[in-house]
Amino acid sequence: MIEIKKLTKQADNKLILRGIDLSIKKGETVAILGPNGAGKSTLLKVLATLIKPSSGHVTINGYDLRKNQMKIKKMMGYLPHSSLLYDHYSPLENLVFFGNVYGIKNVEQKSIDLVREVGLSFFLHEPVKNFSRGMIQRIAIARAIIHEPPLLLLDEPHTGLDQGAINILNNVILSMKEKGTTTLMVTHDFKQATELCDRIIIIKNGKIVDDFRLEEKKLNLVSEKYQLQVEGVS
Amino acid sequence: MLRAALLLAKKDLLSELKTKQVLATMIIFAGLVILVFSFAFDPANNTTRAVIPGVIWVIIVFAGILGLNRSFISEQRNDTMHGLLIAPMEASSIFLGKFLANFSMIMIVELVSLPFLFLLFDFHILGYFPYFLLVLVIGSFGFISIGTFLAALSANSKSSEMLLPLLLFPVTSPILIGAVQATRIILTNIEKLSSAMAWIQLIAAYDVIFFVLCFILIDYVLEV
Repeated sequence: MIEIKKLTKQADNKLILRGIDLSIKKGETVAILGPNGAGKSTLLKVLATLIKPSSGHVTINGYDLRKNQMKIKKMMGYLPHSSLLYDHYSPLENLVFFGNVYGIKNVEQKSIDLVREVGLSFFLHEPVKNFSRGMIQRIAIARAIIHEPPLLLLDEPHTGLDQGAINILNNVILSMKEKGTTTLMVTHDFKQATELCDRIIIIKNGKIVDDFRLEEKKLNLVSEKYQLQVEGVS
Repeated sequence: MLRAALLLAKKDLLSELKTKQVLATMIIFAGLVILVFSFAFDPANNTTRAVIPGVIWVIIVFAGILGLNRSFISEQRNDTMHGLLIAPMEASSIFLGKFLANFSMIMIVELVSLPFLFLLFDFHILGYFPYFLLVLVIGSFGFISIGTFLAALSANSKSSEMLLPLLLFPVTSPILIGAVQATRIILTNIEKLSSAMAWIQLIAAYDVIFFVLCFILIDYVLEV
């Protein structure tokens, strides 16, 4: 699904990504861990077509990231720190707008269903500016998956969420996984990464320093490997 | 491309309908300019007619800048610009959508404020109205298209509200000079219509060249 070869990104004379080589199969759920400033979010932004890489080669589902941006954008759902929602618009108006941009058919009904799915049907017509962080994140999740993307890019999706919103997000990720969606999730939450992901990638100083599969969902294993690579503790 | 642009323009105009922030400010500004000029120049005096073309373009330029400034800055809240950039729409669609919304708003301002101006200064333009309308439309088109592009360029700057006029006035000066001259000839000296047409041709050529340039270059401006 995703093939990354010798990817680098330089900004203001600082090398943020230093030759990333990565291959992710279709349907995999992958967590990207690493300390602040390691380049995790930058990697996600490159894949989301928000940042142009300095060098290297990226293909998503066989499409070159530089040449076939439109095709890649159609198959990708991106959930960053910010909600990407219009404050004065209601959840329905936001989802209908983005649904229309993605060319979704029967977009209004689909938006209503999604808002119901994230548990906010009572707030369908309320402006998003009146919502709490958790409620906004639920609508942001709905926005990211409105076009049922085969690739989901999540940047610290669990940060600042209440337990209800975490459950909804996890259910969305797991149900998308069942449908064969490939998910790439940048996170600092080892527990969520262990529960949701099949594979863990650790990035440090713009390089992948560890890449392992989670055959058993052992939180200790993730913590130990992370400490070994990032904090140098064995 | 056009479909995405229309969706974006519709979104911006609906936003404006909800918030009433930009359009109301633009119309209030236009009204204040007209009122101040009506105090400064005696509408009964014939020389006042010479001031009217300048007043018209002062309203369009400064009210336009108020709208242009907000156009891309409003997309910074919650990083909604990123939402547009990751969506399957070209950067040129974003430019076109923003241009359509800004152009519609300045047209509304002109529609509301100019009749008020003519009424207050007891000015009759019925005979040469089509030419006057043509100058207004192509002058506003050029000013707003370049303004939309430069608003995108300056939006990432901390002092974007100061940067936009600094960039915009030098680049649009040929349009503004042409538009004021053509408006002056049409409103006060219609016998020299051929001179006005020469100015109109200059503005039209400038419009086409810069619209195409903005359309091509916007891809580099909108990169995160």
